[in-house]
Amino acid sequence: MDMKVGVLGMGIALAAAAAVAVAETPASLLAGYRTEAGQPPDPARGQRLFTQTQGREWSCASCHQALPVSPGRHAATGKTIETLAPAFNPQRFSDAGKVEKWFRRNCKDVLARECSAGEKADVLAWLITLRN
Amino acid sequence: MKVITGLLISLLASTTAHADSERSRVPLLPRYQQECAACHIAYPPGLLPAASWQRLMGDLPRHFGSDASLDAASVSELNRWLVLNAGVGKRARELPPEDRITRSTWFIREHDEISSATWKRASIKSASNCIACHGGAEQGNFNEHAVRIPR
Repeated sequence: MDMKVGVLGMGIALAAAAAVAVAETPASLLAGYRTEAGQPPDPARGQRLFTQTQGREWSCASCHQALPVSPGRHAATGKTIETLAPAFNPQRFSDAGKVEKWFRRNCKDVLARECSAGEKADVLAWLITLRN
Repeated sequence: MKVITGLLISLLASTTAHADSERSRVPLLPRYQQECAACHIAYPPGLLPAASWQRLMGDLPRHFGSDASLDAASVSELNRWLVLNAGVGKRARELPPEDRITRSTWFIREHDEISSATWKRASIKSASNCIACHGGAEQGNFNEHAVRIPR
């Protein structure tokens, strides 16, 4: 009996986990940031934020390249970094947790602070414009 | 038959590998691969002593000049696994400066024939880029017969 309840419970937990882990798309993530920012994104502003340094040593492009449509290289370690633009790498911008983690880390490296929802929307809007 | 093949493989592995690199051949924890191998290779945990790993895991938001912050549950899972598989023996007695593998006495000795110009090649870039010359680095294979120094 206990065993059955355990299995049933596990099934429910798995189903719940699957429901939570619905894959996001670049467009759905952008919509979320846009709503949070309360203003439409500006891809050109996103490109500037991405390619220019912001008072520190690195820009986003230091590791991802100015046109991130092919693999980049980590500025310190030289390790290959998979292509960032979602049209060229479908794994990118498909998991909100991962996207938030990397925005948090990398914005701190580039701007010495976290990015606002508006800045994230700008950058993502620009990345989405990069197509084959 | 499977058992015999397995035994043969492990026998071969143990005779070809150096004693020191035995421990670097632990299977990588999936979360370690996922969280720690984006900016640098998945350094085998045996390359640093436990105290160094603990210090690194305790200060991820300031990780060699980069923010590598993680949620608390991931940090403790990684910390447990790293400490469990950390370096032992002669090499692990010394805590390398700044907890950098590349500043360990054994590392410097093993690489003393590499000129500074070689380290600076675009194909290598940094001493932390093990995989540039040690193709099997992430599998813990640092056998010097397998080293290929790129031009």
